[in-house]
Amino acid sequence: MSVRDDFTARIPGGDAGLIVLVLLGTYLAYVLAGFVLGYTLRGQLNSIATLTFYIGVFAMLSLALNLHWGYTGLFNIGIVGFMAVGVYVTAIVTKPTYVAGGAAQVGGLGLPLWVGILAGMTAAALLGLVVALPALRLRADYLAIVTIAMSEIVRFSFLSGELQQFQLFGNRVGFGGGSGLILDFAPPLEALLRGVGLWNGYLGFVDAFQVLVPRNPKPVVDGLVYGLLLLGFVAGFYWLLKRTGESPFGRVLKAIREDEDVANALGKNTDRFKIKSFMLGCALMGLAGILWLVPQGAVTPNFFRPRVTFFIWIALIIGGAGSNTGSVLGGAVFAAVLYQGPRYFQNLVSAVFPNLDSPSGFGQAISPLISQFDPVPFLLYTVDSIRQLQLVVMGLVLIWLMHNRPEGMLGYRKETASVIPLSRPKSMTADGGSDDSVRTDGGVDAAAQGGETDE
Amino acid sequence: MGIAETYSRGRQLAIERPFALVLAVIVVVLFGDLLRGLATGQTQFADIGTLVWDGLMRGLVIGLAGIGLSMTYSILNFANFSHGDYITAGAFSGWATTYLIAGLGRADIGALLLVGAGGSVYGGTLGIGMLSTPLAVVAGIVVSGGFAIALSLAVDRTIFKPIRNEDGITLLITSIGVAFALRYLMQFVFGSDVRGTTAQPPSVSLYFIDGTVFINAHDITLLVVASALMLGVHVLLQRTKLGKAMRAMADNKDLALITGISTERVVRATWIIGGGLTGVAGYMFILWKGTLGFNDGWLLLLLIFAAVILGGIGSIYGAIAGGLVIGLTASMSVLWIPSAFSRAAAFVVMIVILLVKPSGLFSGRATA
Repeated sequence: MSVRDDFTARIPGGDAGLIVLVLLGTYLAYVLAGFVLGYTLRGQLNSIATLTFYIGVFAMLSLALNLHWGYTGLFNIGIVGFMAVGVYVTAIVTKPTYVAGGAAQVGGLGLPLWVGILAGMTAAALLGLVVALPALRLRADYLAIVTIAMSEIVRFSFLSGELQQFQLFGNRVGFGGGSGLILDFAPPLEALLRGVGLWNGYLGFVDAFQVLVPRNPKPVVDGLVYGLLLLGFVAGFYWLLKRTGESPFGRVLKAIREDEDVANALGKNTDRFKIKSFMLGCALMGLAGILWLVPQGAVTPNFFRPRVTFFIWIALIIGGAGSNTGSVLGGAVFAAVLYQGPRYFQNLVSAVFPNLDSPSGFGQAISPLISQFDPVPFLLYTVDSIRQLQLVVMGLVLIWLMHNRPEGMLGYRKETASVIPLSRPKSMTADGGSDDSVRTDGGVDAAAQGGETDE
Repeated sequence: MGIAETYSRGRQLAIERPFALVLAVIVVVLFGDLLRGLATGQTQFADIGTLVWDGLMRGLVIGLAGIGLSMTYSILNFANFSHGDYITAGAFSGWATTYLIAGLGRADIGALLLVGAGGSVYGGTLGIGMLSTPLAVVAGIVVSGGFAIALSLAVDRTIFKPIRNEDGITLLITSIGVAFALRYLMQFVFGSDVRGTTAQPPSVSLYFIDGTVFINAHDITLLVVASALMLGVHVLLQRTKLGKAMRAMADNKDLALITGISTERVVRATWIIGGGLTGVAGYMFILWKGTLGFNDGWLLLLLIFAAVILGGIGSIYGAIAGGLVIGLTASMSVLWIPSAFSRAAAFVVMIVILLVKPSGLFSGRATA
């Protein structure tokens, strides 16, 4: 651990420097793989845009989850439920009003996107309140089961035929049932640029981009700029959570995480603090969900299966719960290595060996291996079903992390509730002492040594 | 007892436990609505009979699988999210055996072992059923139990044992990892299609007041197997020394250790009993509903959690009763709400119980 900490201490810029370094390394790896694939510049830019997009959404979501789990100790495994509510409420508020004979089966209220986003975040926060009121008084694992049950209830509600369409303020709106909703309004990027009056300037920039990407450069530029926008949102989340964590409010949250009874005994209404923290996190999850799904142009309820929740948990655990830098790093590493990595690898294989016929089932794949020791069909089947196997790998990574590094990539980085730094000054960590020993007095050497033997 | 006293007691109840009162009102309203439906002829008694029977069957499966979850929850102290995939694994192993025995010589062995992945063999074509191929079904039941035991012991040995002394949340997160790995490994091997596994079983129609309720051979099989296993677990826990040790362990781990009970032996016994019941529950679930997919156990898991929490964690009778309540709720809720929400209704019942009585219906009576 101490080696790692020394390493992070040596990077210029500290935590921010580390994040930038990891991102640069990831992009370099993807660009190199792109060269092997023989991607054109357009292909390279597209793959970078996709990667940035997923890094952005997973970093945002694991930051929001860090507020729940890392700061307050709330075991929320219903993240997709809050994302779904955010997205669907945004859709209903923002979709243009229903016109008979149009492409969309149902309409919306036709309000601007920012109103929709605010409404979506509010709805997610309110759902958080509804879940939190009964569940927060219970044990952590009960909260887990209640939140995952809630996320499934939300999914069933959006799937159901009964809520497919209904009247709201005299408009025909609805959740669209199993076939989902078409999000037929301006995507966030366009709405933002139009809002600040830069849309024409942006279109001019896109035209100028034709120098690099000759034909139809707009999707490429859109993807890249939206990726940057998401990274901006990640920075915003980071700043907000850092401020929250360092405020008196955040200190109470951390105290609750360490020992709720003590926080209670000190006169803090812990239930109220937990509910506020839960609602804030839920609103952020709603926002992250909106930024993830609204640009896709359509949304179906079955996207919101519990597995997405576990993706975010894996991202947070990789980075290390309790640390905001860790959350961002975890989101980035998860997106690059576990989420996009295997798909990229699949593309790589099919680019290197084109025209391969992979077997359609496990039976056809395994029988040559048994009868003629021919592993090729089995390997082909493995590569072909990489989307399932990547989930197996994620499960194994989760198990490995819990066994070997439950504190995450960055090591023990949990922020303490105290306002003054509790760690030993740097000069003393050099002799191999661990950073996290807690000292209560001013810093007499002997006391520090005594504290160490107590550990 | 005067009227004033009754009134003041009622008032006190309303102040102290407002949720319970609201709940009681809701139950009365729902029941009144049902009676009105019956009186006006909108709802038939036979429909209700069919739904009750359906809910009972579902409840037996949930209760049987819930016993194992409840036992590991109380003895090992964590919510095992991989339990649902033990159900699926048990079901696949058992059905591969059934297919193999029923279809030997009539179809390719590989296709049989993969339970007809990709539509290569159909259970209906093989004529699988309790009455048509009894040997195959019984062998399937045995293998499903055995395989689930072996799987849960292997997973415990390699994954849960090294972190036995960590807190419940660490184990819970690890079990989510196990669940992911198992489920998608099964999808990798058996494919993602949902296959039909049984031929239409013969059924009897019972006349019930104003219509008929159909009960088929697989319902009866499920009823017999589940009841026998539940009774067996009851006898085991109440009459044998092992059962006593398990109850002691669930009640107070430290005290059990002091009296010389070997923790690891009890843990192993827990996985054997719990795993076996879970595997058989998985097999019976598929026999009863007639289709098999790689997601079945996971989809059932949340209902099982609901049942276990409803009954009170650690109590096997609670798990059985909770299973029946959840099964009946899921089936009978269609009387009042659209069928898309039947699972949601079961979750709502669980959340309501958490509100009113967080320790569950059978709390304080930890029996295993």
